[in-house]
Amino acid sequence: MDLLRFTTAGSVDDGKSTLIGRLLYDAKSIFEDQLQAMERSTERRGGTGVDLSLLTDGLQAEREQGITIDVAYRYFATPKRKFIIADTPGHEQYTRNMVTGASTANLAIVLIDARKGVLTQSRRHAYIAHLLGIPHLIAAINKMDLVDYSEAVYQSIQTDFSAFCQQLGARDVRFIPISALHGDNVVEKSARMPWYTGDTLLDTLEGIHIQHDINLRDFRFPVQLVCSPQISGLPDFRGYMGRIESGCVRAGDDIVVLPSGHRSHIKDIVTYDGNLSVACAPQSVTLMLEDHIDISRGDMIVHPENPPRSAREFHAMLCWMSEQPLHPRGKYLIKHTTHTAKAVVQEIEHKVDINTLATGPASELKMNEIGRVLIKVQRPVVCDAYRDNRASGAFIVIDEHTNNTVAAGMIEGAD
Amino acid sequence: MPAPLSHLDVLESEAIHIMREVAAECKNPALLFSGGKDSIVMLRLAEKAFRPGRFPFPLMHVDTEHNFPEVIAFRDRRAAELGERLIVRSVQDSIDRGRIKIRHENESRNVMQTVTLLDAIQEFGFDACFGGARRDEEKARAKERIFSFRDEFGQWDPKNQRPELWDLYNTRVHPGEHMRVFPLSNWTEMDIWQYIAREKLEVPSIYYAHRRDVVWRGGWLPVSHLVQPKAGEEVKNIMVRFRTVGDMSCTCPVESDAATAEAIILETAGSRITERGATRMDDRTSEASMELRKREGYF
Ligand SMILES: Nc1nc2c(ncn2[C@@H]2O[C@H](COP(=O)(O)OP(=O)(O)O)[C@@H](O)[C@H]2O)c(=O)[nH]1
Ligand SMILES: [Mg+2]
Repeated sequence: MDLLRFTTAGSVDDGKSTLIGRLLYDAKSIFEDQLQAMERSTERRGGTGVDLSLLTDGLQAEREQGITIDVAYRYFATPKRKFIIADTPGHEQYTRNMVTGASTANLAIVLIDARKGVLTQSRRHAYIAHLLGIPHLIAAINKMDLVDYSEAVYQSIQTDFSAFCQQLGARDVRFIPISALHGDNVVEKSARMPWYTGDTLLDTLEGIHIQHDINLRDFRFPVQLVCSPQISGLPDFRGYMGRIESGCVRAGDDIVVLPSGHRSHIKDIVTYDGNLSVACAPQSVTLMLEDHIDISRGDMIVHPENPPRSAREFHAMLCWMSEQPLHPRGKYLIKHTTHTAKAVVQEIEHKVDINTLATGPASELKMNEIGRVLIKVQRPVVCDAYRDNRASGAFIVIDEHTNNTVAAGMIEGAD
Repeated sequence: MPAPLSHLDVLESEAIHIMREVAAECKNPALLFSGGKDSIVMLRLAEKAFRPGRFPFPLMHVDTEHNFPEVIAFRDRRAAELGERLIVRSVQDSIDRGRIKIRHENESRNVMQTVTLLDAIQEFGFDACFGGARRDEEKARAKERIFSFRDEFGQWDPKNQRPELWDLYNTRVHPGEHMRVFPLSNWTEMDIWQYIAREKLEVPSIYYAHRRDVVWRGGWLPVSHLVQPKAGEEVKNIMVRFRTVGDMSCTCPVESDAATAEAIILETAGSRITERGATRMDDRTSEASMELRKREGYF
């Protein structure tokens, strides 16, 4: 059984929470005590029956106000797959929350209210999903019950949204007409939309191929820890611990350590369960090399034939997440793979209007704004472009004084 | 190309990665080990992350003195087998020193643990504590980060959490503040039992079906020195197992004849009640009780 991580995107009241509640309910992943608690809450708020959206609203303030404040994670499994859902709220902090949910997702469900059609927000959601490199997109046209399950409505939304996704360059986009409230095409096929012959949402989630979502071509191994326990019996053990972020490695492979450029061979791939002849992303292993070379945390072990770049300056997209805006020349820390370095934002090259996708000049980036910047780091960063490799192209920006995470960054390239 | 990893392999690798990040970036971490199934899984993950080396942190248990004796015996034995250092800090000790006021000897000590825990974190100057909490356990937990920041009072502010992007964890804290780190965030009860079965992990005997004297108080409570039958209460002897192991005065077993991890997996697949809903009286008091406890600094 494999694992699929997805996120839901939609504006307030498009039905995200209801949809997740419906998926879990119909997939029999809601427990009776949770249902009872939801019934009690619904009644307290003057409703009857069960409001499925209450399942994801976990904080007291959320239940009292009937809103979602923070990203909530939900879990369910079918006989085919285990799922992790990041449910992201749709209010003003939306960009920040959606970026967070999207950063680890294989798939995004963008909800579109059938009555309203493709709104500015729908485009924004698709843009963020694409920017964060989510490989698969499902446009769920929701509330079909409120448009008499009309095929014409569905088709015109599909045409609109397809055109936009093409403009973005999104490759895998699927459309499903649903009613989250009544369950049509969520888990059960809808008898009220015989014109729709595609898969239900759950079938789609279970069937989507995700083996290729992870880059298995370029071996990237950021060193997390150096292990030299110096215990009796193992006086010379020196292993490099980390997780293979992309690609595969075999015992005997030629490797190069970056940024130093030292070369060696893989002697052993060590795990608690014994040595391996080959290991692939996302396995956590300990590598032993033939030669004793100087390696520390933050270095990256790769194959010499397709190395990443080592750059002291690079261009990146930033999603700004702090109340304190980003000013050009601002000094920060960036954490990229296992490497944390001092950095300065040399220049804000442009800001993206995420509603129109138009770019324009900017003197600062405010909370929830997205822009392209030029960053200079104190020590070289061993990286790939984010579009080629999510793991070696992503970084976070940390404010050294508050210690807060203030931005998500995606490397576009170095000059 | 090798076959894709199973969900357990992916979760395991994620947890190992988290533990190694803490070992690399935090100055003085600890692993909270209760002897319960989630922390038993954490110990195996720590072995996978750090062997052949030693754990780069001690284990710590906050003992309520209301624990099941089997669990405490297991805790000591497991720590000794691993050859790792176990620190125990006692709620009774906090009570004796006047740090905690109690109304009577037998009341639940779940909430009280927070005081002892925060005192111990301060005593040792821990800047990161691994906890075995999972997001599927409870609504407030579902909103918590893997690296969960605690201010100098040990408090969690759910509305003001750091964004957690990719698996680039921000571990930075100022002196006096600390992190709670939850490597099992993305695991479910089912994953835990599947992993226990796969890794053939030993767990305290009370997790498996056994006969026990219980009384009905809106749920079966185990009869012990803390729970004595009241007048008119009928003591029954039935086959039960525990889904969680907590304070004996408020942890209910479920009726079951599952005697192996495999049998528990089958039962879990068919279960219609959540782990905490079935077993924790203290979580039923109010919808927000876990959130309130967490804000105060609870696990
Ligand atoms: N008629 C109808 N109402 C829906 C549907 N999906 C959601 N709703 C309602 O829309 C409102 C907002 O839903 P909610 O799930 O909270 O939206 P969120 O803000 O995106 O999480 C609630 O009153 C739902 O009952 C649907 O398919 N049909
Ligand atoms: Mg909602």
